Amino acid sequence: MSFILTAVLVLGSIGLVLGLVLYAVSRRFKVEEDPRVGQILELLPAANCGGCGFPGCAAFAEACVKQDSMDGLKCSACKREVMQKVAAIAGHEIELGTEQVAVVRCSGSCANRASLRRYDGAQSCAIANMMNGGETDCFYGCLGCGDCVSVCTFDAIKMDPETGLPVVDQEKCTACGKCAKACPRNVIELRNRNKMDRRVYVSCVNKDKGPVAKKACDVSCIGCGKCVKACAFEAITLENNLAYIDPEKCRLCRKCVDECPQHSILAVNFPPKREEAAVEEPAVEAQAPVNSVEQQSAE
Amino acid sequence: MKTFKIGGVHPEPNKLTADRKIETLALPQQAVFPLSQHIGAPAVPCVQKGDVVRVGTRIAEPGGFMSAAIHSSVSGKVAKIDTVVDASGLRKPAIFIDVEGDEWEPEIDRSDKLVLQTHKTREEILECIKNAGIVGMGGACFPTHVKLCPPKECTIDTLIINAVECEPFLTADHRLILECPDQIIIGIKIILKALGVDRAVIGIEANKPDAIELMRSKTAMVSGIEVVPLMMKYPQGGEKQLIEAVTGRQVPPPPALPANVGCVVQNVGTVYAIYEAVMKNKPLIERVVTVTGKSVKNPCNLKVRMGTPVSQLIEYAGGMPEDTGKLVSGGPMMGRPLLDETAPVVKGTSGVLMIPENEAARHEERNCIRCTKCVQACPMGLEPYLLASASKAGDWECAEENWIMNCIECGCCQSTCPSRRPLLDWVRLAKNRVGGIIRARNAKN
Amino acid sequence: MAQKLIISTSPHIHCGDTIERNMKWVIWALMPALMASIYVFGVGALIVTATSVLSCIFFEWFITRFILKRPSTIGDLSAVITGLLLAFNLPSNLPLYMIVVGALVAIGIGKMAFGGLGNNPFNPALVGRVFLLISFPAKMTSWPVPAGLTASYIDAQTGATPLNLIGQIAGGNTAAADQLPGLGDLFMGNTGGCIGEVSALMLLIGLVVLLCSKVITWHIPVSILATVTVLTGTMWLINPVLYVNPLYHLLSGGLMLGAIFMATDYVTSPMTFKGMIWYGIGIGFLTVVIRCFGSYPEGMSFAILIMNAVTPLINNWCKPKRFGESQK
Repeated sequence: MSFILTAVLVLGSIGLVLGLVLYAVSRRFKVEEDPRVGQILELLPAANCGGCGFPGCAAFAEACVKQDSMDGLKCSACKREVMQKVAAIAGHEIELGTEQVAVVRCSGSCANRASLRRYDGAQSCAIANMMNGGETDCFYGCLGCGDCVSVCTFDAIKMDPETGLPVVDQEKCTACGKCAKACPRNVIELRNRNKMDRRVYVSCVNKDKGPVAKKACDVSCIGCGKCVKACAFEAITLENNLAYIDPEKCRLCRKCVDECPQHSILAVNFPPKREEAAVEEPAVEAQAPVNSVEQQSAE
Repeated sequence: MKTFKIGGVHPEPNKLTADRKIETLALPQQAVFPLSQHIGAPAVPCVQKGDVVRVGTRIAEPGGFMSAAIHSSVSGKVAKIDTVVDASGLRKPAIFIDVEGDEWEPEIDRSDKLVLQTHKTREEILECIKNAGIVGMGGACFPTHVKLCPPKECTIDTLIINAVECEPFLTADHRLILECPDQIIIGIKIILKALGVDRAVIGIEANKPDAIELMRSKTAMVSGIEVVPLMMKYPQGGEKQLIEAVTGRQVPPPPALPANVGCVVQNVGTVYAIYEAVMKNKPLIERVVTVTGKSVKNPCNLKVRMGTPVSQLIEYAGGMPEDTGKLVSGGPMMGRPLLDETAPVVKGTSGVLMIPENEAARHEERNCIRCTKCVQACPMGLEPYLLASASKAGDWECAEENWIMNCIECGCCQSTCPSRRPLLDWVRLAKNRVGGIIRARNAKN
Repeated sequence: MAQKLIISTSPHIHCGDTIERNMKWVIWALMPALMASIYVFGVGALIVTATSVLSCIFFEWFITRFILKRPSTIGDLSAVITGLLLAFNLPSNLPLYMIVVGALVAIGIGKMAFGGLGNNPFNPALVGRVFLLISFPAKMTSWPVPAGLTASYIDAQTGATPLNLIGQIAGGNTAAADQLPGLGDLFMGNTGGCIGEVSALMLLIGLVVLLCSKVITWHIPVSILATVTVLTGTMWLINPVLYVNPLYHLLSGGLMLGAIFMATDYVTSPMTFKGMIWYGIGIGFLTVVIRCFGSYPEGMSFAILIMNAVTPLINNWCKPKRFGESQK
């Protein structure tokens, strides 16, 4: 009996002493942390994607509290309401920009863009891009090695094995920008979602002269300028044989889509046009023959 | 026999054309001159569409201090200034000349007479080399007039002539030594004068005993030039490895240069071009190219005018074999893959190699089994498996700490890896990124 | 032309080496020792080896296909080698079920749990062997005496091995010295012990095979054997009564097998020559310490496993001599 008592007393007192020591140390070396950081951290998606430019959500939360305003602080991975709450906790005003989505500006699928050579080196777009122009005669378009896919932390972009191009899942995409940064050819761009996620864009980044671009790919932009003339809102500019639609100015009227002789401009998430409603169209938008990469993911 | 101490591999030599005399290839119908055939700034065209040119007419000026002039190798009319896909695999600006006849600039001495002496001063020699647009013809294409003007703080005591040709298949340098030894000796003397040095060493790999014999007999009576046979090992022809084998000195890592250990290395083809430039007023307009491959019907060594499309060389050699998997400009270890036959011959094209599909196609990549063969093979004492892993993970700091900038991209590591890992692909990526980081860091300071 | 041109960058050729080529040479190098052990221990050696190899192959196939759901990796032959090496570390009368358990631990825990070939920090065969040693100490520490080709498998007669005797001598029992087999017997393999470790001659032939086929370099085996020679030699010179001649140490127990085949395992050994030498010195040192001052007669397995754990540290500290380093 006395054994048990001794054991309990000895071990109990050791535990008590050590507990007091731990308590004293925790008080002595306590790091004062603003409780707001913890509150903000709770709201953040904890994906640590780095899209905000900070090394992880914890660092972003700290920056929100430390800085005087929300300038330069944007977490694209969380919803707008969440960002408003974060700003409220931090005690700052916030101006919410438009929601964006990653857009793959290339329709050079296996069907549209003839593959003339074989690349069997390391499967990395960064490497393939450094070495030479690529397997096709379009030296600007998607290489298909999937750097964008491996870098996405939201599982929002996948390689389509049939087309050889990446496909963005617009539900999952948070426009953190990692895929756009990873693409060595700047094929992926963050563009405004607009109402109902509609967007119109030139699905090409080829800067070669018209004949060269046309020979390389059936749906390349040849820099003819018809879209520029057609746009009533001056949203389209032509530079280096490539047309570009400014997402801020574009009013989604889709006149350019019809004008483009190469069917290089895509309009995503629009209902079928009234004239075509009578015809049986299999959930394909605009007159783009095989560019329905984006549309299929949107359906 | 002398050799470099660290690493190295022994690929099959496959010198199929070692006994083929150099043949002169016919003129092309259109010659294409990429403006960037050398290390440094691209040249700037000084002709335009419609201009009539002769052989030797300057068509592009150097684009800066580290640059080189380009001369037409044909006579005719400038067709256009457009782009061409060259050995870099990218579209590069180039001057296209439609060939008409074969008229040469009058000051060029076209005779075969051996010119033994020159009265040119050191500065005049360098000026002559610069005006001739000579760049390193071993493949690296470093502007020669810059190389022969080392930084003032470096004292040069040895000129090393690189006649090693360690790459399998290539025999251009070998044939040049056998067929034009006297011109090469004179060229060496010219360079010695330009450098103000009195010692030259010709390094030749032991698999060329006829060249060693010939050079030894030619230099027997010449003081200051010696021939050093070197053990057959790749990459013996690498500048740093050659310097170590011949002098025992190791060039420190970049930004150090061979000049820092008192040596200047010149390829034997460059030496020949220097002879022609200084003694014959002939700019760099043609070179010897080995056209070869295991399945090639008629492998040969051709004297080719710069700008000739590679398709013409392939046609002369019997056409591209059916089983060709890769078309390579240069040798199989460090050559550049050509995207198609339209690429032109440029100053650095030492060979056109057609590799059969079953040899060239890469096997599937597997896990690293840590066999250390890449570490044993690396001639620069690096750990390729580690550098490749760091590169894959984006750990540029680790790559820099492990001396990645010392890599000479010789390919020894990837060619020995039993797991068929694309080590050099990843290392190249890391070198590119780390190089950028270092440049940014230096710019800030 | 028939196919498209390939545009990946240099090097465009390969020396032709593959993982399988290296594994095949290791298997060939192990064959002389296997032949010798069948000659010495009889059919038991063959049964244990076959069971071990087949179990290892089966477990790797099962785990990769059904648990990891990937293509099977048994084609790279590393499971065969793990099976052979595990068997070589077992007595020839070990019951079948123990061998199968050992194979499961070796492949499942020693290799596949870490991600398969190339990812394991410890030598899988040794992981299996040590697991068996701790789980079935009695069966794992009773070795059959040499009884020739006709010896029985399960009912083999057991006896003291040379290492047992060396241990007794060190403990003060000088009478054991008379029972020690001659150096000739130890060299040829006419002695008790685990299957693969008895014939030093056959193992050395295996070493020559590995060196000539460029599968391994001399650094690890030589540094281990040299360290053991130096340490046991010093001890023998100090006290020849208690500590036997270093040759007895070299030719007894699993030293040869470990130095040539187990310590040189690619995945778990250092990546530079400098590192390999230190690794070998460490193994030699630990083996001698455990053999002479520890309670186990054989220290090789533990020594190798401990140095396997140190290998990443060795890789960090021992960098190769870089070109231009001395002139920097």
